[in-house]
Amino acid sequence: MASLRDIKSRITSTQKTKQITKAMHMVSAAKLSKAEDAAKAFMPYSDKIKEVVTSIANSDQDNEHPMMTTREVKKTAYFVITSDRGLAGAFNSGILREVYRTIQERHTSPDEYTVIAVGRMGRDFFTKRGISVLKEVTGLSDQPTFNDIKELTSETVQLFVDGEIDELILCYNHFISAISQEVTTKKVLPLTELSEETTSNNSEYEYEPNQMEILDVLLPQYAESLIFGALLDSKASEHASRMTAMKSATDNADELIDDLSLQYNRARQAAITQEITEIVSGAAALE
Amino acid sequence: MKTLKVSVVTPDGPVLEDEFEMVSCKAETGELGVLPGHIPLVAPLSISAVRLKGESPKRLAISGGFLEVRPDKVTILAQSAELPEHIDVERARRAKERAERRLQAKQDEIDFRRAELALQRAINRLNVTENK
Repeated sequence: MASLRDIKSRITSTQKTKQITKAMHMVSAAKLSKAEDAAKAFMPYSDKIKEVVTSIANSDQDNEHPMMTTREVKKTAYFVITSDRGLAGAFNSGILREVYRTIQERHTSPDEYTVIAVGRMGRDFFTKRGISVLKEVTGLSDQPTFNDIKELTSETVQLFVDGEIDELILCYNHFISAISQEVTTKKVLPLTELSEETTSNNSEYEYEPNQMEILDVLLPQYAESLIFGALLDSKASEHASRMTAMKSATDNADELIDDLSLQYNRARQAAITQEITEIVSGAAALE
Repeated sequence: MKTLKVSVVTPDGPVLEDEFEMVSCKAETGELGVLPGHIPLVAPLSISAVRLKGESPKRLAISGGFLEVRPDKVTILAQSAELPEHIDVERARRAKERAERRLQAKQDEIDFRRAELALQRAINRLNVTENK
């Protein structure tokens, strides 16, 4: 049996760890609510731009904009959103495993795909496995603004416009609730789903100067907004995931401390019993 | 005076929503004024100032935006839209100087274009804060 002092020191160290995980839990909870607010603030913009884009795209079927037409896929870009820091449960591992598996399944040669990584965990994962990372952004704040990511999104969309990539797939953790997040892969470019959707808004617009030119401006903005939306979604998931992970770490620490205290008390009692036995037997020997 | 509802929305959240008498802005094809009862219209906006006229007139610095007009409502969607009081003048001035230096350095075409846009945005911000 471990000595009294050993158990005591384990209890203290577990308690200290518990303090840290508990603090991280609370910090994440606060950040989660902020991230949810940011996602909510983004909703009006995304809803509106989607509404306008769909209504323009559907009003004229003859004009197929290059960003909306599927072309032969020579190169696929995976836009992978992860976090910068770990200690977030299965947040990063889940998504990276999924992307890695998809890449292995769909592609035979490294020329067919590339990765755009947001977050240090994702970047390190792919570089370690020899997968080329075309663009990367790390060190994003916990509440990213559109400005923080604007450059990356517009460059990404430009890659598609220039024909360097023929498909853009967004991989991120979709936030469902504080205890549940789902790994999601979504094809963003080409924007094929637009023409399939019907809108409730049937008002006929005048276009200034004309539809095609408006789509030229609007579609990249729409694609960028989709990416930004995914980023906000992913941030909320990250905080939620870290919160859950830290909550269970705290709970585990509690359990461990309980077990150790029990052991400690047993050991203490055993020591006392032994001492008494020694004294009694010593006294008996004298008689 | 009849009014129309104007809302300005960016990815970071709604900036403004109020009643105004007239919206005056610069579309990519030229200046554009919208009064209540305008036919539905969609037009991309250049990097410029949007002027909202009414009881309490407002000016906004817009970049990467477009305008959607319905008879009773105008929505301006922009990647960034700032009221003068929210503009960091010092930062805009620094951005302007930086962009000017880049333009003088004459690097390759993409950088040039980007610097040009940055310069436009900075000048636009400064204009909105200075011009009453």
